[in-house]
Amino acid sequence: MSQVNSYRTGPDEGGHFGIFGGRFVAETLMPLILDVEKAYNDAKNDPGFDQEFRSYLKQYAGRPNPLYFAERLTEHFGGAKVYLKREELNHTGSHKINNVLGQILLARRMGKKRIIAETGAGQHGVAVATVCALFDLPCKIYMGKTDVERQAPNVFRMKLLGAEVEAVTSGSMTLKDAMNEGLRDWVANVEDTFYIIGTVAGPHPYPEMVRDFQCVIGDETKTQIMEAEGRLPDVVTACIGGGSNAMGLFHPFLDDKSVRIIGVEAAGSGIETGEHAASLTGGRPGVLHGNRTYLLQDDDGQITEAHSISAGLDYPGIGPEHSWLKDIGRAEYVSATDAEALEAFQLCSKKEGIIPALESSHALAYVAKLAPSMKKDDIIVACLSGRGDKDVSTVAAHLGVEL
Amino acid sequence: MTAQSFAPDSGRIKARFDALKKEGRSGLVTFITAGDPNYDTGLEILKGLPKAGADLIEIGMPFTDPMADGPAIQAAGLRALAGGQTLARTLDMVGEFRADNQDTPVILMGYYNPIYSYGVERFLKEARDAGVDGLIVVDLPPEEDAELCIPSAKAGVNFIRLTTPTTVGERLPVVLNEYTSGFVYYVSILGITGTKSATDAQINEAMSRLRAHTDLPIAVGFGIKTPDHAKAVADVADAAVVGSAIVDKIKENLDENGQATPGLVDAVLSYVSDLAQGVRG
Repeated sequence: MSQVNSYRTGPDEGGHFGIFGGRFVAETLMPLILDVEKAYNDAKNDPGFDQEFRSYLKQYAGRPNPLYFAERLTEHFGGAKVYLKREELNHTGSHKINNVLGQILLARRMGKKRIIAETGAGQHGVAVATVCALFDLPCKIYMGKTDVERQAPNVFRMKLLGAEVEAVTSGSMTLKDAMNEGLRDWVANVEDTFYIIGTVAGPHPYPEMVRDFQCVIGDETKTQIMEAEGRLPDVVTACIGGGSNAMGLFHPFLDDKSVRIIGVEAAGSGIETGEHAASLTGGRPGVLHGNRTYLLQDDDGQITEAHSISAGLDYPGIGPEHSWLKDIGRAEYVSATDAEALEAFQLCSKKEGIIPALESSHALAYVAKLAPSMKKDDIIVACLSGRGDKDVSTVAAHLGVEL
Repeated sequence: MTAQSFAPDSGRIKARFDALKKEGRSGLVTFITAGDPNYDTGLEILKGLPKAGADLIEIGMPFTDPMADGPAIQAAGLRALAGGQTLARTLDMVGEFRADNQDTPVILMGYYNPIYSYGVERFLKEARDAGVDGLIVVDLPPEEDAELCIPSAKAGVNFIRLTTPTTVGERLPVVLNEYTSGFVYYVSILGITGTKSATDAQINEAMSRLRAHTDLPIAVGFGIKTPDHAKAVADVADAAVVGSAIVDKIKENLDENGQATPGLVDAVLSYVSDLAQGVRG
């Protein structure tokens, strides 16, 4: 990588962040991947594209959203000041809308007639279905059968928005299998179809492109914290499945050496149980879904199933730039268990009147650990990536409550 | 670097295509997944394939997430994995096959992660020692040649490239670069294995497009299901590849617990004989 004093110049021309990233896809897709890369590079250099993107973010998604000082949580923890970046206030209820607005504008620019996507918790699927309704493009969303069952309200939402939802029954029937089916569909319909990948993973240019569209999170946070506190935060943290809300928050802070950057993976039943979704903490480098990155895999290189209470984090891989940031030590990666996330979910609901997504609750669970040990004038910013309405029935079931 | 500076390959693939040319016919490439439905039955099928008329043999290395394969081959891979198949055992299988057969080319096909996990250098050495002649790795386009293609060429194992209907124009010389050898595998459809089929006209057009860029033999696969269809493809290509349809024959001969029934090996080999008859016209 050619950067001298910056962590923000990657990837290189081949899409690599150190040894991570790349383009590991079937030949059928390569010409299209190269087209997407070219179209994205053209769009990046076209002020009109950025203007259109920013306009939709403002008028349609509702940005900028607040950087909220969580006074009661701060008081409860008795340490650092806790700020929440309110991505859950975006239209469709999560940070996912940022990226899909960018990608659908690119798909239109490329003249594509049909959209496909994969989804885990359904937040990305709902966001894609939404923009497809907005721009009148047919779309098909692949979702693991397990996730279809545990995220029924989001499935219904996608259908209301006019999307076709296909329940994927292969493999572990979760996000990774939905991504396999998405790639298969794309291989078969490469000529007219655009694949809107929901996270900072997949073949180059997706990790870079999704990151760029999500950087609005960190850019706004930076401006807002300067307004509120007159200085940068001491810690920024976010949950990580594939890692798109985290990368969006982290990237603008990468060159600010004073800022600790902490990603929180899903430890499921606990890393030591083997039932988790923590690719960085419990995996090793491998190649899947078009990129080299940390993966959960067995000794023979077979991909193993991820486990998390949160469908959105239930993925055996992670964006390649996160793998790179881990290896070079610029970001720290920790994990929170299902139980800790459930506790944070309830705490945030009761103390702040904000029901967070189970995904985001992992980041909040780590804030609960870290904030008390920090000084009262320290600042910690956590990304509240989505709202928890979709998780209410899952949480009720875990708490033994019948709805 | 030019092709001449590479270590010599095993010569089996070239020898086989030369022999086919002398016979004035095209070849039949048969695909099975290693360890499907179990190691012993898979090995028995493998050993019977040359006599049944397979000119070249492709062996699938099972992977949990075969993104470019259809349900038939994915299911075969999962059957094999459930039976304890590993990459090391796949290499053992080739070694056992080579004990009785020194002529039939064996090509391993699969995805990169199990090889990367095994270690590229170790894999190539052991593959060469076991008697593997070529590799087809679906998720390694020429943009990632440094990973396995170039080391493979240097180790004397043919790296066989996939070309597809989207491989056109300036992309053709990129794909058919100096590192590709053995033969060219033309994936005749846009899509996954075992689904739709290409028309004769589409295949004809693709053949002339490819032949303008390479002197290597061209094998055509994806969607070939019957002896007649194999013949039609063999009439225009240097070989026809049949995969999912053979794998389906294995599946048809499993009992309700997924165990091989007594007639399985014969049923599969007899189907391969029919295909071979078709190809031989």
